[in-house]
Amino acid sequence: MFQQLLQQIVNGLSVGSVYALMALGYTMVYGILRLINFAHGDIYMLGAFVGFWTSSWLSRFPGLVRHPAAAIFLSVPVAMAACALLGVFIERTAYKPLRSAPRYSLLITAIGVSFLLEYLAMAFIGPERQNYHRDPWLSTNLHLATEVSISVQRLLVIVISVGLMLALHAIVQYTRIGKAMRAVSIDQEAARLMGINVDRVISFTFAVGSALAGAAGVLIGMQYQIEPLMGVMDGLKAFVAAVLGGIGLIPGAMVGAYTLGMVETLVKGVDIKLWGVQPSLFADAVAFAILILILLVKPSGLLGKSAREKV
Amino acid sequence: MTQTAPNPVVKTTTRLPKRIPLFRAAAWLGAFLLIYLAGQWLFDTGTISKSFYMAAVQICIFIIAAVSLNLITGITGQFSLGHAGFMTVGAYTAAVLTHDVHAPFPLALLAGGVMAGALGVLVGLPTLRLRGDYLAIATLGMGEIVRVIFENIPSLGGASGFTGIRKPAPLFGLGDDGFALWGWSILFTVLTLLLISQFIRSSHGRACIAIREDELAAETMGITTVRFKVLAFSVGALFAGIAGGLLAHLVRTITPANAGFLKSVEILVMVVLGGLGSLSGSTIAAAVLTIINFATSDLSTVTLPFVKETSALRTVIYALLLVLLMIFRPHGLWSGRLRLPWRRGVRDVA
Repeated sequence: MFQQLLQQIVNGLSVGSVYALMALGYTMVYGILRLINFAHGDIYMLGAFVGFWTSSWLSRFPGLVRHPAAAIFLSVPVAMAACALLGVFIERTAYKPLRSAPRYSLLITAIGVSFLLEYLAMAFIGPERQNYHRDPWLSTNLHLATEVSISVQRLLVIVISVGLMLALHAIVQYTRIGKAMRAVSIDQEAARLMGINVDRVISFTFAVGSALAGAAGVLIGMQYQIEPLMGVMDGLKAFVAAVLGGIGLIPGAMVGAYTLGMVETLVKGVDIKLWGVQPSLFADAVAFAILILILLVKPSGLLGKSAREKV
Repeated sequence: MTQTAPNPVVKTTTRLPKRIPLFRAAAWLGAFLLIYLAGQWLFDTGTISKSFYMAAVQICIFIIAAVSLNLITGITGQFSLGHAGFMTVGAYTAAVLTHDVHAPFPLALLAGGVMAGALGVLVGLPTLRLRGDYLAIATLGMGEIVRVIFENIPSLGGASGFTGIRKPAPLFGLGDDGFALWGWSILFTVLTLLLISQFIRSSHGRACIAIREDELAAETMGITTVRFKVLAFSVGALFAGIAGGLLAHLVRTITPANAGFLKSVEILVMVVLGGLGSLSGSTIAAAVLTIINFATSDLSTVTLPFVKETSALRTVIYALLLVLLMIFRPHGLWSGRLRLPWRRGVRDVA
């Protein structure tokens, strides 16, 4: 029983890492624009597809034919760059004209962009599920303890995500543009008055967030099948993770994502019956139940401080 | 933050009379009666086919859905993304009642509405205490929870849905059984429009509009904002439940997938297209979009170069419409400028 629990926690770490990468994008954009960027999940989906195409193309080269894993990892930066460009493009064309409009026209636009990406992908890429080239090395299991193991790909997912999160932390805390991002999220008008180019900071935020989503897309594509609507559910869950940790807070996104990942894998993993029903069937609903619960108990999130509204 | 762009809702510039003027109410009722009779005559004589009947009833159903969402989003300014979830709850309730209990059809519909309304209170109470986008997120989550729950109830058909829903008897026993829902859907459309436009004119409705305009100011004026937000939200949910019940008995099968996000967004598009806060706008937009949906329903048989899945293009157009509307015409396509010549100069919410 204890081993099982430990195994689920290890699995949860891997699931949570991917949620964290996506949740960061949601939380950064929310922190700066107060916008739920519904299109974020679809940028992640396109990241997975860019990774798929790039790795398929790369694995035709003689040196990479027998190492699909290497081709996949080389495609991570490509997907990140493509997603960053796409994120900035969306921000410039769809969100920027609405900078001074009320918040919910922005929200409606975000929903529109999200559906646009999903169904353009559906129309032009096709609705079929696709597979990355499988590399047997990626699915070998490493034994951590008795009856507790982790596959190479899950370990790599954790390592790469943590690496990217450290890089993000460095950017936000120790660079000029990071300082500007923090300033804009605290007070946009004051930041503008201090000579910060707010539009550039917002674009940069979208670029960074989208790049992380692109990386998450490749890391998921390596393990599971990809299709045009894969970003809907995963995106919503990552968003729930961001709310759980405290929306707008970068550490909050990570805490929320790992919590959500753990809880979800635990619910999926337990083989018991409660009142005659298997809780694992409802794993998809868990995230949303957590969401409603957190809104009831502590709407500012696990790490958030509640602020009183001033007139 | 300074807000310079206009609010995307259709503003009330003139004071609404407390009651709908008798003449106008009579004119509307007469118009609907005419539509009902004309439709019934066309169906009974077999002039137009069954698929037109399906389209006509669906227009009514989506009018109910869009107008009730407009009450929540356009009038009260609260953002709900789970309207299809409420419809599905109403649909299952009504279907089970007519199927297993043999309840009379209108009672089953109302029960479905009450069920959806109760769910609205349940979701609204915790989330409407908060300001901001929390309702949007929570209702979105609610829609997905509804879907997952119904997928896992085997006695309701699980993921493949509840089938074999009974055919209701026609309104007043008039007309052919095959077109039974026409009378009912017209009746409930009229009731919805009447009740919601009367609600807007009541002091409760004014409170809701005040909340939309400025929540803090409304609270300062002594409006208990949470109460009115929950009220508007659950009334909207109630009518959505009724629309769902009608839809279930029209299609005679209901699947959990109907509760999903996509369906909710389709209704949202109707509301945005018609103009947030404009009931007539929602009515027309619901009718137009439903007709377009029907006209393009066999799109998947068409082949276009580079396009692998033609049926996806419809949603592409929906999405594009939403984005372009918000950027270029935030007041809806006709911006409350749909002025009938004899009503020039009057611009109102209803």
